[in-house]
Amino acid sequence: MAMQSPAAVAEAAAPIIRFDGVTKRFGALTVLDDFSFAVAPGEKVTLIGPSGSGKSTVLRILMTLEPFQEGTLTLGGHGYHQPGGAGAFRASEKHLRAIRCNVGMVFQSFNLFPHMSVLRNITEAPRAHGVPRAEAEGRALDLLGLVGLADKKDHFPAQLSGGQQQRVAIARALAMRPRVLLFDEPTSALDPQLVGEVLGVIRSLAHEHDLTMLLVTHEMRFAREVSDRVCFFNKGRIVEQGDPERMFRSPEHPETRAFLQSVLA
Amino acid sequence: MMYGLAWDTSTPLAFATSILPILLIGLTVTVKAALAGFAIAIVMGLVFALLRRSRIRAVSWTTAFVVEFLRDTPLLVQLFFLYYVLPDYGVVMPAFLTGVLALGLQYSAYTSEVYRGGIDAIPRGQWEAATALNLSRLTVYRDIVIPQVVPRIVPAMGNYAVAMFKETPVLSVITILEMLGLANMIGEQTYQYLLPLTMVGLIFLLLTLICSAAIHQLERRLPKAGVPLK
Repeated sequence: MAMQSPAAVAEAAAPIIRFDGVTKRFGALTVLDDFSFAVAPGEKVTLIGPSGSGKSTVLRILMTLEPFQEGTLTLGGHGYHQPGGAGAFRASEKHLRAIRCNVGMVFQSFNLFPHMSVLRNITEAPRAHGVPRAEAEGRALDLLGLVGLADKKDHFPAQLSGGQQQRVAIARALAMRPRVLLFDEPTSALDPQLVGEVLGVIRSLAHEHDLTMLLVTHEMRFAREVSDRVCFFNKGRIVEQGDPERMFRSPEHPETRAFLQSVLA
Repeated sequence: MMYGLAWDTSTPLAFATSILPILLIGLTVTVKAALAGFAIAIVMGLVFALLRRSRIRAVSWTTAFVVEFLRDTPLLVQLFFLYYVLPDYGVVMPAFLTGVLALGLQYSAYTSEVYRGGIDAIPRGQWEAATALNLSRLTVYRDIVIPQVVPRIVPAMGNYAVAMFKETPVLSVITILEMLGLANMIGEQTYQYLLPLTMVGLIFLLLTLICSAAIHQLERRLPKAGVPLK
C-alpha cells in the first residue's frame, strides 16, 4: 500500500491526476502494486528513488505509453480503467486521445524527429490538430524564445547539442499547451556542462502557476529547489513524501535516509 | 518484316541496324510494363506492410497469408492463372494489364517486407514522442514514419526495381510483344538468333546500369535522417 500524508490527501481534494489502486506488471515482475497517488492542479512534484523503483513507470502510464493491469487512473476529469488481468489497453483510441490532450512529456533521450527542422518539430502537433500554419509557427517562435533558441529554428536536431535538443523538446511538449507536463530524467543523457541550461528552462516553467509538473530526476538539489512535494519511491510504492526541505533535511523512513545518503554523498 | 519494318540480312551490321527499331518498339513495352509494375509494387507493398501491422488479427493474418502466397508461388503460375483461368470465371483483362498486375503484385509481396523492415527499424522513442504529442496514426505514418523509412529502404527497393525490370521478358508467355519476344520472332523468321538476342542482352545491360546509377545517386542525395520537413 502506498502511504499518503494527510496533507497530501487534503490537497488532492480536486486532483488533476489520480491513481487509484493501480497495479502494473511486466510479466512476473510487479512494478507498481496497488498504487494510489494524487496531484493537485499546478503542483510541482518530484519523484526520486533508485532505478527500477517504478517512478518512470508512473510517468509512462500517465502518458498512456504503458498499459496497466488493475485500478483506475483519472486525468483532468477523464477516468480510465483497466479491467483486471487482461494486460492490454482496453480504453478506446478516442478515449486515450482525450486523456493525452492534457499531458505532455519530455524524454530522457529527447526523441526529436530527426528529419524535421526545429520549427517543424514544434509545429507538427499543433498543425496536425488543425492550428493554421502561421499561428502554429508564431506560437513556436514564442516558445523557442522562451527556451532561448529563437535563432535555431531552421536547424535540424543533429546540428544541435544535447542541451539544445532537450530545450527544443521542452518547447515541443509545450506547444500543445498541456495542463500536465512530465519530465522523465530530462538531464540524464546530457554531458555535465549542458545540464544547467536545461534545468534553467525547467526552473522557469516551475513558476507557471497553472502548469502541473511531474519530474523524475537524480538532480537532488534541483528537486529540492523547484518542487512543492518530493516522493521517494522504492520497489513500486511511495515510501515517504512531503515538503522537499523537510525530506532532505530530516527524512523519516530508514530507506529514504539510506537513499539520500548514497546520492548526496 | 515486322511493324512495317523490313530487315536486311546481307551483313551483320546491316541486320543489326535494320532490326534495332523493331527491338526499340519492344523496349517501350518492356519499360512501360516495368514502370507500371513497380508503381504497383511500391504502393501495394506499403499497403500490405501497414495492413500487416493492423491491431485487428483477422486483417494482419489475412495479409500475412496473401503476402506469403504471392511470394511463394512462381510468377509464371500467377500469370497463367490470371490470363487463362480467370476468363473462365468471367474476368477478362487485356494481356498488358494482366502482366503488369501480376508483376506488381508479386513484387509488392517483396517490397512489403522491405517496408516492414524499415518501419521496424524506427526507434521506439519516435513512436513514444508521437504518442505524447497525441498524433493520429495517419499523421504518425505520413509525417514521422514514412519520411524516415524512405532513405533506409531505397537500396533494397532499387534492387527489386532492377530485378523486376529484368523479369519483364516473362510477360511474353501471355502474348505481350516485349523486346525479348520480338527478338525471338525475328530469330524464327530469319534463322539468325545470335544477333537479336545479343542486342536484347546488351540493351538490358545498358538500362540496368543506368537504373543502378540513378538509384545510387538517389541514395547519396537523400539525407540519412529522412526526407526533410521544414
